[in-house]
Amino acid sequence: MTVQFKNRSFTDAEVVLDVRDLTVGFAGHPDAATVLGGVSLRIRAGETACVVGESGSGKSVTSLSIMGLLPKGSLEATGGGIGFEGRNLLDLGPSAIRALRAHKISMIFQEPMTALNPLMRVGEQIEEVLEAHTALPARDRRTRVLDMLAQVHLPDIERIYLSYPHQLSGGQRQRIMIAMALILEPRLLIADEPTTALDVTTQKQILGLIDELQQRHGTAVLFITHDMGVVADIADTVHVMKHGRIVENGAIETVLRQPRDAYTKQLLRAVPSLTPRTPRDTQEGEAILTVQGLQKVYGEAGIFSRSRPHVAAQEVDFTVHPGRTVGIVGESGSGKSTVARCIVRLIDPSSGKIRIAGTDIATLPPRALKPYRKHVQIVFQDPFRSLNPRWTIARSLIEGPVNLGIDRNTALARATELLAMVGMPEDTLERFPHQFSGGQRQRIAIARALAMEPSLLVADEAVSGLDVSVQAQVLALLSDLQAKLGIAILFITHDLRVAAQVCDEVMVMQKGRIVEHDTAANVLLRPQHDYTRALIGAAPGRGWDFANFRELAQASP
Amino acid sequence: MTGYFIRRVLAIVPVMAIVVVCVFLLLRLTPGDPAAILAGDTATAEQLERIRQSLGLADSLPVQFARWLGLLAQGDFGTSLISGSPVTGMIAQRIWPTLNIAILTLILTIAIAVPLGVIAAWRHRTWADYAVMSFSVLGFSVPVFVIGYTFILVFSLELRWLPVQGYVAPTQDFGQFIVRAILPCLALATVFIALIARMTRTSMLEVLGEDFIRTARAKGIKESWVLFRHALRNAAVPILTIIGTGFALLIGGAVVTESVFNIPGIGRLTVDAILARDYPVIQAMTLLTSGIYVLINLLIDLSYAFIDPRIRY
Repeated sequence: MTVQFKNRSFTDAEVVLDVRDLTVGFAGHPDAATVLGGVSLRIRAGETACVVGESGSGKSVTSLSIMGLLPKGSLEATGGGIGFEGRNLLDLGPSAIRALRAHKISMIFQEPMTALNPLMRVGEQIEEVLEAHTALPARDRRTRVLDMLAQVHLPDIERIYLSYPHQLSGGQRQRIMIAMALILEPRLLIADEPTTALDVTTQKQILGLIDELQQRHGTAVLFITHDMGVVADIADTVHVMKHGRIVENGAIETVLRQPRDAYTKQLLRAVPSLTPRTPRDTQEGEAILTVQGLQKVYGEAGIFSRSRPHVAAQEVDFTVHPGRTVGIVGESGSGKSTVARCIVRLIDPSSGKIRIAGTDIATLPPRALKPYRKHVQIVFQDPFRSLNPRWTIARSLIEGPVNLGIDRNTALARATELLAMVGMPEDTLERFPHQFSGGQRQRIAIARALAMEPSLLVADEAVSGLDVSVQAQVLALLSDLQAKLGIAILFITHDLRVAAQVCDEVMVMQKGRIVEHDTAANVLLRPQHDYTRALIGAAPGRGWDFANFRELAQASP
Repeated sequence: MTGYFIRRVLAIVPVMAIVVVCVFLLLRLTPGDPAAILAGDTATAEQLERIRQSLGLADSLPVQFARWLGLLAQGDFGTSLISGSPVTGMIAQRIWPTLNIAILTLILTIAIAVPLGVIAAWRHRTWADYAVMSFSVLGFSVPVFVIGYTFILVFSLELRWLPVQGYVAPTQDFGQFIVRAILPCLALATVFIALIARMTRTSMLEVLGEDFIRTARAKGIKESWVLFRHALRNAAVPILTIIGTGFALLIGGAVVTESVFNIPGIGRLTVDAILARDYPVIQAMTLLTSGIYVLINLLIDLSYAFIDPRIRY
């Protein structure tokens, strides 16, 4: 597979942004640790500079400093300079910096769902930029907005102009944000994780759109992301950040082929490969979970419902054997989480069978269901919200076993063992969730699920919110536990790279149906369904083997 | 939109029906015979019976209810037991002062409280914020009549800027209406200003932390646009709820102010009616106040749909 890096040279192009030795600290605490410890980066016209790093590395703080949008009263620039058009942005007063925003320097954000005002028509929100920075009469403003909507390839622009954000999809909203950011043809566009919340196929389109508009207007782009795949696809130069400093920078191909810094290497090695793992041995024995004809319909016709019923999942059949990991991949709204939640009976399926431990639990009433709960446990995506913030870890860990009649002391002893097993220190038991990092909390959440001694663990996007290095550790942990305990895992993810690394079998879901179900190797290397092919085609950086700093070897047939 | 509007309006019917039944039963179930109270201690059994007949109290409850409903439908609330004049007319005469005072109070409240709340949120954790919050605590804690008498003492008796008491209809002389109404309105408004300023601040603080506010700032628009175009409208729903409830309470709470400032409104009418056990008037007032309350809540519900395009029940 060949990889097409952007090998453009910008040495002759004009420098648009020149950040020199920028330091940012906590406002009012000059002695406290710095948030940015001397960041320097330079972007030229037409160039795409990517800043990569894990959460807390200071990449967003860098971009907000340039925009003058650091949270007032908590963070402030303490030194260095931000050179832009011959001026140091740090010296500018509020109105001068306001005049630059959206006019010369624009920014788009991660969450298209929340970044637009929900009570204002999107056309008016774009128009506001013209109202603030130009003297155009209302009529011309509208024409200009409609023209911009066409440039970001939105369909039916008159209707879109009058729409409210909630009437548009995530991808459409991000197009609106881009239209808003680029309508005045700024010299610099700062994009802070603009595609992280989007599905891969949408991400591909949005990245293509940014590239197209950048070429047309010669915009310099500062692109912030944690996704190495995206970096490989779009960057001219890359800056790797860690703890508020840039540890390595250079042309994209150089950094990916010959990383010099230890942290860069570590970051690259943690990127899961798209090449499927060797499947685990199939174990003998009865299936742990058998799902037949599972269907879930929301808003079924009733006296009070006027909306049309929505089929979230239908004709779902599969089995899971002990010691195996079965993946469900798909984009948002494909029904993968619906299936997971039906199996755990957090929601009630509309029809079909879910056979666990020899019993169909699909229609069991709550009381009869209780003894079966222990067989299937779930780990959720967001470890920040899935643990009760006011409970000690001990209380969260023993709640399930105690409910099932296990003696408190036995449960506590078991909890201590489990914490050791997931690699958490001993004093974890008496602490509270906020005292742990995201990765640690996810370990705790896994320990909580295992406390019930389940035979099936459902992981619903369980590593999606984690940084790659932490993600790699949690995946390794799951794999170890599986080998040790022989449990089966149903692994729900939108990330093909993760699926490739953990799953023995993969099911691809689209619009509530399983469109393809085969071994991970077959699905990823020899996809049969068009949708699977589209998903794989949209996976960023798919031709590159990040962990080994080279092109992906051709998969042996 | 139209569907939502119609459904909300229709929802009033059962609510008002329950109110009507309750008001009717309340009077019939209270211990004591209205006829006996009316007739006084020295009445003979014969006189009592005559009064009962004339009040229609001798019939069975359903018959009485039906008759009363029939009269209500014609807008007839009966005649006052004390003055003998029709209750409808009495209320019609007295409702305007109360409504006018309530509306002026509301305008004052919104004009003062909302900007205060916005400033407090915008200048979060600065002296401006602390000042607004301190005033808010004070406004909550001091009773209306204390504020009222203090205002009279300071502005009328000491400074002699404003008249002590009295009421002039705005249709008669708008200037005089304002001059005379401003003190009672401020007294009434104090607690609501405190409440609504606080609510506005809380609601604004929440909205100012939202992503779209950061987007608005990234557009380089003026801070006043950020606050009023983007933030305030998003913060409006809880504020409106409090304003609506406040207005309904104003009508009910007119009793104290009207006594202190000597305003001939329904508050005083109600006090007089209760003291004199004038049942038809009390009944009518209860119905009227409930009706206003329900109506205001309806208006607030409908206004949500105007503010927030996502609300389509």
